[in-house]
Amino acid sequence: MFGRLTIEALPLYSAIAAGGAAVTVGGALLVAIVLTWLKAWKYLWTDWLTSTDHKRIGIMYIVLALIMLLRGFVDAIMMRAQQAMALNAGGYLPPEHFDQIFSSHGTIMIFFMAMPFMTGLINVIVPLQIGTRDVAFPWLNAVSLWLSAAGAGLVMVSLVIGKFSTAGWTGYPPYSGIEYNPGVGVDYWIWAILISGVGSTMSGINFIVTILKRRAPGMTLMRMTPFVWTALCASVLMAFAFPAITVACGLLALDRLAGMHFFTNAHGGNMMNYANLFWIWGHPEVYILILPAFGIFSEVVATFSRKRLFGYESLVYATAAIAILSFTVWLHHFFTMGSSANVNAFFGVTTMIIAVPTGVKVFNWLLTMYRGRIDFHPSMMWSIGFIITFVIGGMTGVLLALPPADFLMHNTTFLVAHFHNMIIPGVLFGYLAGYMYWFPKAFGFAFDRKWGLRSFWCWLIGFYLAFMPLYILGLKGMPRRMETYNDPSWQPYLMVAAFGAFVVMCGIGCMVMQLYVSIRDRKLTVDRTGDPFNGRTLEWSTSSPPPAYNFAVIPTVADREPFLEMKEKGTAYARPAAYEAIRMPSNTPIGVILGAFAFVLGFAIVWHIWWLVIVSALIMFAAVIVRSSDDDSEFTLSAAEVKRIEDERFRLMGTGR
Amino acid sequence: MSAAHMSAHEREEAETHEQRALGFWLYLMGDAVIFALLFATYAIMIPGTAGGPGGKQLFDLNNAALETVLLLVSSTTFGIASLQVKAGNRGAVMGWLGVTFLLGAGFVFLEIREFVGLIAQGAGPDRSGFLSAFFTLVGTHGVHVSMGLLWILILSAQVMTKGLTLPVASRLYRLGLFWHFLDIAWVGIFSIVYLPGLL
Repeated sequence: MFGRLTIEALPLYSAIAAGGAAVTVGGALLVAIVLTWLKAWKYLWTDWLTSTDHKRIGIMYIVLALIMLLRGFVDAIMMRAQQAMALNAGGYLPPEHFDQIFSSHGTIMIFFMAMPFMTGLINVIVPLQIGTRDVAFPWLNAVSLWLSAAGAGLVMVSLVIGKFSTAGWTGYPPYSGIEYNPGVGVDYWIWAILISGVGSTMSGINFIVTILKRRAPGMTLMRMTPFVWTALCASVLMAFAFPAITVACGLLALDRLAGMHFFTNAHGGNMMNYANLFWIWGHPEVYILILPAFGIFSEVVATFSRKRLFGYESLVYATAAIAILSFTVWLHHFFTMGSSANVNAFFGVTTMIIAVPTGVKVFNWLLTMYRGRIDFHPSMMWSIGFIITFVIGGMTGVLLALPPADFLMHNTTFLVAHFHNMIIPGVLFGYLAGYMYWFPKAFGFAFDRKWGLRSFWCWLIGFYLAFMPLYILGLKGMPRRMETYNDPSWQPYLMVAAFGAFVVMCGIGCMVMQLYVSIRDRKLTVDRTGDPFNGRTLEWSTSSPPPAYNFAVIPTVADREPFLEMKEKGTAYARPAAYEAIRMPSNTPIGVILGAFAFVLGFAIVWHIWWLVIVSALIMFAAVIVRSSDDDSEFTLSAAEVKRIEDERFRLMGTGR
Repeated sequence: MSAAHMSAHEREEAETHEQRALGFWLYLMGDAVIFALLFATYAIMIPGTAGGPGGKQLFDLNNAALETVLLLVSSTTFGIASLQVKAGNRGAVMGWLGVTFLLGAGFVFLEIREFVGLIAQGAGPDRSGFLSAFFTLVGTHGVHVSMGLLWILILSAQVMTKGLTLPVASRLYRLGLFWHFLDIAWVGIFSIVYLPGLL
């Protein structure tokens, strides 16, 4: 009846694991109680969960990302604490538990923090920047969101029922195979990734079609904002790289469930094929995450330097070049696997080449700032902190691109320091810059600058304290993922790193305070103009928050910085003689339903509850068929209603407050 | 109908279907990546028979040739159905979709019979890495064809109840892309799996 699910699955094997489960369940209960107390369930359901509005979907993605950031960070600080105290001793975490923590940290931060954060920002901003009313496939957009949430739910539930994978975020076989890992951990990992991966593939397709087909009249490709360009390139990578991880994880699942021999030690299996399949996705994934962040930096630097972006075309070509090259470097993740010297040399050279277009962009940002009138808004600070820190990470990356050097540093904390040095400034700082830049657009009131700056300084200083020691430890030969060690000369560095993680925690605390203070003062800081930063692009031309239809009249674009141009010509706030009725996508519960049953499906496969697998699959099929047969998924907003909303906007803009 | 004669609403609807077609092309290209990686995996696992039978002992060219004929002819009949959609002949569309369904079902039947036969002689997917790759590659294609069959049934029901409306015709167009794509994938399977396995 319940497959291999028994009462044993509860995490009563250690106090810390039970505590983690209690926090998870308690947190969920607390949210439920607060929602009930506020009588917000109906509002949540009708206005948010069933919404097909790209802005609301984007905001829900970002909420998911911030929650998962907290979870992933708890994992991080637990690892740092363990390593700081584990000299010649077991520390406070048993090996089994420590291994789960580093596996879930990587999985969460990549798949359930960075991916939803990026998808959320693209969702909120790209349709506004290209001057359209929604993405090409609003319903599919909701399905993507709920599949991502289902994957995140599976990772969270593994904290309470059963265990998570101990095979690292990359899940290399044969260790992740059924022979060495018969438990449910690897299965949780596989199905969380497979389910959310389908969502990401569909998001990629959705954004490509949106950007290619729904731009406002006059917006040629070379008039798109840098963020739209980077979103387009990242979406192409999403649509064509994610199938590779679907294959890698799918075949691993077949090995584990059907006794196949793709990656087993014996019976003709070839575990090295897994490394190839995984990284054919994995390396483009790095650029899926980082390209949109580059786009955000380009927007932020231009806005807060009060200058046009320097070298727009070189930035666009560099972005496209990176997107293409990203498919040619994957083997540098396993130089030590035993490919021939020539193969390693080829991938070493391509890896070094990819640093060139990235360097081009650094100069784009620097020269945009040069002689600009810089406003040190938190978003600008994230950008400056990023440029300096990222260049250091880039240099260690070029070092690792040399196969002989990689042989020495492979699997050491030098590598851990390197990729955190790329991803924290390059990805997370970028998303946080975007989050603080566009928050007033999404909600219509200011985002507190003071707490944003405090958060930035804590993150930046904490980052250096946490990861610079790991470079040194790596050069001293410390392998990554050590639960315990016996070299006393390592411990001081690990203590500094743990202190750095503590400083980052203060940064996260400041982010929470920033939210609290901003929401508390929202009536005082309300923004009626929709354009708090003297913006240059179309998203600032509509109200904050934008109406459901974004633009009452679709703008006509004649410049790379269309809103700035409109403001200079004095047409920015011109009102049309008459409004027209607008067709809008209707809300639908089918996205949430699909997500919920994808979660049940994943859970049932993990625990081998086969009848439930069949039931949930049938329900999902039925939901898709019902929805795909629906000919009328839109409703009409009458011209009078549009006029009423717009009149109200301009009336409030006139009053200022 | 020329663009000048279309109302704003009709133009919007035409654009919607154009966007859906592009989205579907992109999906098919992503699906092609899946097949490409399964082909590559199969190619490197051909030697991985683990002392068990290889393609030469297992494959039956007659069966594979018959499957090829059924699937290629089904693509032709789907093409005729598409032409009938353009002509607006509802009955003919239903008829040719029915023929396509039968041919596709015949293909799936032959494939299942082949799989059952292989498993019965101890050459199932858990026998060796080579057989895992074979069953997964060919089976993935077979699952696609089966989904296509289900899709034909659903759209036939829509043609019957709704007629050849714009949304239904646009769905038939995408189903056509899908069905022809499976043909191309099968040509790959026939020439990479069955022919070299036997020669």
